[in-house]
Amino acid sequence: MYSEKVIDHFTNPRNVGEIENADGIGQVGNAKCGDIMRISLVVEEDVIKDIKFKTFGCGAAVATSSMVTEMVKGKTLDEALQVTNAAVAEALDGLPETKLHCSNLAADAVHAAIKDYMEKKTKI
Amino acid sequence: MKRIYLDHSATTPVDPQVAELMMTYFTEYYGNPSSVHYFGRQVRKALDNAREQVASLIGANPKEITFTSGGTEADNLAIQGAARARLKKGNHLITSAIEHHAVLDTFKYLKNNGYEITILPVDEEGLIRLEDVRDAIRPETILISIMHANNEVGAIQPVEEVGKIAREKGILFHVDAVQSLGKLDIDVNKMNVDLLTISSHKIYGPKGVGALYIRNGVRISPLVFGGSQERKIRSGTENAPGIIGFGKACELAGQRMHEENKELVRMRDKLLNGILNSIEDVKVNGPRGDKRLANNVNISIQFIEGESLLLSLDMIGIAGSSGSACTSGSLDPSHVLLAMGLTHEVAHGSLRLSLGRQNTDEEIDFVLQELPKIVQRLRDMSPLYHAANS
Repeated sequence: MYSEKVIDHFTNPRNVGEIENADGIGQVGNAKCGDIMRISLVVEEDVIKDIKFKTFGCGAAVATSSMVTEMVKGKTLDEALQVTNAAVAEALDGLPETKLHCSNLAADAVHAAIKDYMEKKTKI
Repeated sequence: MKRIYLDHSATTPVDPQVAELMMTYFTEYYGNPSSVHYFGRQVRKALDNAREQVASLIGANPKEITFTSGGTEADNLAIQGAARARLKKGNHLITSAIEHHAVLDTFKYLKNNGYEITILPVDEEGLIRLEDVRDAIRPETILISIMHANNEVGAIQPVEEVGKIAREKGILFHVDAVQSLGKLDIDVNKMNVDLLTISSHKIYGPKGVGALYIRNGVRISPLVFGGSQERKIRSGTENAPGIIGFGKACELAGQRMHEENKELVRMRDKLLNGILNSIEDVKVNGPRGDKRLANNVNISIQFIEGESLLLSLDMIGIAGSSGSACTSGSLDPSHVLLAMGLTHEVAHGSLRLSLGRQNTDEEIDFVLQELPKIVQRLRDMSPLYHAANS
């Protein structure tokens, strides 16, 4: 059902945690639907210098969260905003059809964190 | 890696005695039981014996047993068959919210085809209330269908009392006994049952075989036409090796059930109490003690999701089950847990561990040693746990 990459990222998730005093925080999903992803990131000169995630969800949810943090770390905000949920799924060698709509929210969480950063920056 | 199987409510391994007997009927006695020649007669004799073995385990007459392809078909045959046969008497049917989908989806199908249905609620332990049954009955009610024991939380329903109510009102009573067969004493007469569904693979028999008990004198319409097998109620050449295996499994279950139950209760309580003593924020789903199947543990571990838990357990060799939405392909978690009043968040974190005759204390100890570590790892990853503890 899951690819080896999904199992790898589920078993050894990268960048788990929460950054204190993060520049941007994004949370998507809800517990009723099933999955919640929370991304916190640090931005320096428009580049994502550090990123961590916390996820309540199934194996696919954990794996997509882990994968997206790897994909956007070190990228500019514009580049990170180009990363889509489909690209995350592709990077994991695909997800089961039933998981695509409910568990692959990781890119949305990153985008929400970037949006949060931009809003805070604008207020300053 | 040693594998530990704790999903016996899903299915059980075939007992070696059953498998050995079945093999004979694949290769040596392979005749069509409807044939009049020697080859057919040998199989017919074995089928008759199996029918007696199955009937004996539920206190029925062998003539009241109709073999099917499993529990789902038996549920469909009972409910659709009764609804069609009794349409002139009425079009209202009653069931409960925690039934297996084989029952609930059949009810929905009938609703879409002009029948009226009432789905009874359950209390927080997953038990129906008799007053709800009485209140739901109308003059046009023709069938009540209530499961004996719930497959997810092991709740044992008051079917004998429901049967009395149905009998007094002249309403047919169907019981889905797939999970209780071989675990609880079943006496179709004492339980006032008219139709009773059972399945082979839950009691160490083969998959793809089940039976419907139909009380003598009760008329139901068939779903399948084209042959005269099973008194024309279920046409089609019988799955002879499967049925014969089912018969043997019933015989063995009758011999072993009471001793096995004592051991299962001991291990179930050891497992459940061990989990409750080592992990915080765990909710037990379903009743405790005598109102629960001997082999069933169902818990909700807060702040984590069921499929992640199952995957993590599987990676160290432990096979369980979950009511999580992610294991079912739908967005909603278990309909049973939601009917019992659990929130989506709590229901998503449910874990069912169902014991069987091969499980050992050593296996339970291993689960109790490893589960807390997995839960902590997943909670450390969970924003819900973070929020609750910050």
